[in-house]
Amino acid sequence: MAEVDEASKPLFAGLSDVSISEDIPVEGEITVPVGSPSHDDEYSTLDEPVKETILRDLKAVGKKFGHVMYPKKSTTLLRDWDLWGPLLLCVTLALMLQGGSADSKEDGGPQFAEVFVIIWFGSVIITLNSKLLGGTISFFQSLCVLGYCILPLTVAMIVCRLVLLGGTGTASFIVRFIVVVASFGWSTFASTAFLADSQPPNRKALVVYPVFLFYFVISWMIVTFSPSHSDGATDTGP
Amino acid sequence: MDLVDTDWKKTAMATPEDLQFQEFEEAAQLLSANPEAVTRSARDLSSVKRERERESVRVNVNLSEEEGEEEEAELLSGQKKQPNFWSFDYYQSFFNIDTLQVLDRIKGSLLPLPGKNFVKHHLRNNPDLYGPFWICATLVFTVAISGNLSTFLLKMGDPQYHYRPQFHKGVSVFCPAWLSVFCYAWLVPLALWGFLQWRSSSNPSVTSYSFLETVCVYGYSLFIYIPTSILWIIPVDWLRWLLILLAMALSGSVLVLTFWPVIRDDTKPASIATVTAILLLHALLAIGCKMYFFQTATQMMMPVASLAPPTGNPNITLNQS
Repeated sequence: MAEVDEASKPLFAGLSDVSISEDIPVEGEITVPVGSPSHDDEYSTLDEPVKETILRDLKAVGKKFGHVMYPKKSTTLLRDWDLWGPLLLCVTLALMLQGGSADSKEDGGPQFAEVFVIIWFGSVIITLNSKLLGGTISFFQSLCVLGYCILPLTVAMIVCRLVLLGGTGTASFIVRFIVVVASFGWSTFASTAFLADSQPPNRKALVVYPVFLFYFVISWMIVTFSPSHSDGATDTGP
Repeated sequence: MDLVDTDWKKTAMATPEDLQFQEFEEAAQLLSANPEAVTRSARDLSSVKRERERESVRVNVNLSEEEGEEEEAELLSGQKKQPNFWSFDYYQSFFNIDTLQVLDRIKGSLLPLPGKNFVKHHLRNNPDLYGPFWICATLVFTVAISGNLSTFLLKMGDPQYHYRPQFHKGVSVFCPAWLSVFCYAWLVPLALWGFLQWRSSSNPSVTSYSFLETVCVYGYSLFIYIPTSILWIIPVDWLRWLLILLAMALSGSVLVLTFWPVIRDDTKPASIATVTAILLLHALLAIGCKMYFFQTATQMMMPVASLAPPTGNPNITLNQS
């Protein structure tokens, strides 16, 4: 290079004179590494077979069922909320509560729409209540938790219907009562395990009580379910 | 080139430092001015401010208990902030209550003491909607379920009785029990509040509570009916009437103690009429619940006869007593 006074040269003027020696390698990757490889999966879910899509959602729902049955303090239920599970449970419960006996309109059990309305309307009211009391949980997360925690009660309903197939005497009533009480306790415990952390500490009881009332009403509907009779055989009595 | 380079570097590095330094200064100034404050979000700050204002107002209220009630009302209404009706914060201000406060208010509604006005002593300018709403909901469920259980207990020995959950009578949300209880808890306070406002406009010595405080008093006064309705399961008729009289006496006296100081300065007929109307409506609700959900043994005979299958012998039911 020529020995010139550097102050009189403009910036970067000397670069054009730079020559690259041949034994310095100038190859390599210029790509920026993507954050996580799952981005590629998201991009291509349109092309995957329908079975895979459905199975993925079913697996997510099944995993959440597992979390409800063994309630630990985990945030999985809260983080990836979905409403498929609650819908499934609600429809199953409402269908199984049908077929109760009714002589007049006032005396029968709940209709399908009524169970639906009670569960969803009740969940919305409880969520609003916890948000108004200063909870940090979001609306749909709370709906998700309350809906998923109906799972023990649905299992109890299935057990009750099976027990009722065997007869409707006092023994069956005692068995049903114990099963429903146990599942009511389980549901309440599971939902408070998920919801309790998001409440201010001196208002926890205020938030837990409506949840207790909600599951109590559902348990009452399950315990008082009495199937219809085609013949005139009586059932109650010691 | 080197000189220009270093100049650029200096200016680039100096400005972030300057900005950072200034930020800390401002924050330090703020903290020194207000040592109790903690850096929180804007909403928390406004609620803290509101709380502090309320506390200072409360001190004024406690000190000047002897003074006229109008002055207090003016102070309070002047200092409360009014968030927008359509914002969530507006409704959140009605739920600004802790577990212990709710329990304290429930205790106050159960044990009316002659000196203690429920609004002044327990509400303390913080009426809430949590209590009235959930007490009404619990009351409807409790009365419906207890009614169902009492029917079941009464008819347990009857071989022709088939258990019915009577879901639509009380537990379902679409039944008249919900309507009547919630109407009582919301429309009667509305009417009373409106009446008191009208009287206070014509007669300056009559003051009135705010609408929310009236709703709050009525809601908490319904609490006594919850254990009463559970005890109504016991199928002894005179016990039920005793319980209903006791409950009406307790909660009616809470209402009277709350509203009497407000209305006693009015003309004689108006004040007595108001108090009578309050007690009458309260009694009507209690008796209505009892008659609708809980039937005595003699009343059971009639529906059973009509429900019996047509091939059965109607003489069987008449023999039972």
